[in-house]
Amino acid sequence: METSFALTGKGYVIIAADTTAARSIVKMKVDEDKIKALGPHLLMAYSGEPGDTVQFAEYVERNIRLYQIRNTYSLRPSAAASWVRRSLAESLRSRHPYSVNLLLGGYDTASYDPHLYWIDYLGTISEVPFAAHGYGSYFALSLLDRYHNPEATLEEGLETLKRCIDEVTKRLVVSPGKYKVKVVDKDGVREVEI
Amino acid sequence: MNSLAQRFSNNGPLAQIGKATSLVSEDDDFSDAAWGSEAGFGSVAKGVPTFTVPNVPDPTAFLRLHTDDHADPSCRIKIQHGTTTLAFRFQGGVIVAVDSRATAGSYIASGTVKKVIEINPYLLGTMAGGAADCQYWETYLGMHCRLHELRNKERISVSAASKFLSNLVYSYKGMGLSMGTMICGWDKTGPAIFYVDSDGTRLKGDLFSVGSGSTFAYGVLDQGYRWDLTDAEAQELGRRSIYAAGHRDAFSGNTVNLYHVKEHGWDFIGNYDVNKLHYDGPGDVAGSPGHGYGYDVRTVGLSSANPPAAAASA
Repeated sequence: METSFALTGKGYVIIAADTTAARSIVKMKVDEDKIKALGPHLLMAYSGEPGDTVQFAEYVERNIRLYQIRNTYSLRPSAAASWVRRSLAESLRSRHPYSVNLLLGGYDTASYDPHLYWIDYLGTISEVPFAAHGYGSYFALSLLDRYHNPEATLEEGLETLKRCIDEVTKRLVVSPGKYKVKVVDKDGVREVEI
Repeated sequence: MNSLAQRFSNNGPLAQIGKATSLVSEDDDFSDAAWGSEAGFGSVAKGVPTFTVPNVPDPTAFLRLHTDDHADPSCRIKIQHGTTTLAFRFQGGVIVAVDSRATAGSYIASGTVKKVIEINPYLLGTMAGGAADCQYWETYLGMHCRLHELRNKERISVSAASKFLSNLVYSYKGMGLSMGTMICGWDKTGPAIFYVDSDGTRLKGDLFSVGSGSTFAYGVLDQGYRWDLTDAEAQELGRRSIYAAGHRDAFSGNTVNLYHVKEHGWDFIGNYDVNKLHYDGPGDVAGSPGHGYGYDVRTVGLSSANPPAAAASA
């Protein structure tokens, strides 16, 4: 089952998503990247209904890019999150709504703080210090309640993320094999190895 | 969709009720009253004690219609499913910790349930699933453990006790028993835990958690568990794990009951209010962190912002 995690730390957001693309009981692909960079300081992990996920993510990606071209400046994380949520909420009231769950993480270069938004397919938004989607959340949230530190260094943050991944690997029957991990901080977005 | 499918299917619950009532009505000629007594001629005539079962061709199917397995919300009888229980073995014995909430659907029926059943001074059983089933059969197990002692001049092993229970529930398989229990104790071989459920599964292990909140408890438990935990650390881990489930799972909570099994038998360590644990912590007890467990309590005043020195001073 699809699982994604995200957590904030001192000046950064880490987002991790599993890399399997499954159809029925079959793994169709084991190295799918489900985290998009929406801007110089903005990341989005997406999961949910196959087809909807990539369509919606690309729609968001291009609209955020269009805003940047028109206005020179990119949307700040809070503004981008609001826009994404509204897109999802409007789609929900259409004939064919997108069924996509999102984790949106960004670093606000104006206020120097990281932001993380948990958004579900119903258009619920919540700014949180850590978040998870999928079955992994049942194991990871209690763990993060216990171990998350808002002032953790990137190394400590990755250590906590590792705990989440290990726990899910250990206890979830259909646990995903590999995860892609990306970080956004004052220097922009990048992928990290764990 | 579920109810629609049921209405038109041949083997759905509604169809089966239809079949059952039609079969029952065919038997009307032989009503109990016709035999001279409204009480019928069930167990007395045979002289053998029997169960009262629903008067339908397939009692199991009938029972399934009225209990809430298969997550059918339209059922008549709600069984207590929401629970978190855990037990783990470590260097210093066995820790058993449970919550105390009983729910009936979305209603909190009680917040003071004893989910640890004290079978005898050396054996504890935990309660998840049907409260009555666990209470009754684990008490019954206690009776047989005592008989074992009298017959063999020796305490029963945890392994044998759990196997008695597992064989017993297996003999009722498919008849609607619902229990997920851990039989914990100390015998000749040292500390032991067996997981026994009403499917007939019996597992020996070092660490188990059972119930709707088990995933949340596992999240904390697995990450903090080591064999060489001290007594204080182990008690704290049990308490903290049930708190985690009480906090995250809507069907678990209220209070934590903590037990510690050692060579001389079990000790009751304490009862802790989950809300108190959240805001104030467990208080002055062994292993206490000295502050509330709650994330918001623990991280108050911390910030993830990292302004450069110039911006921070401005």
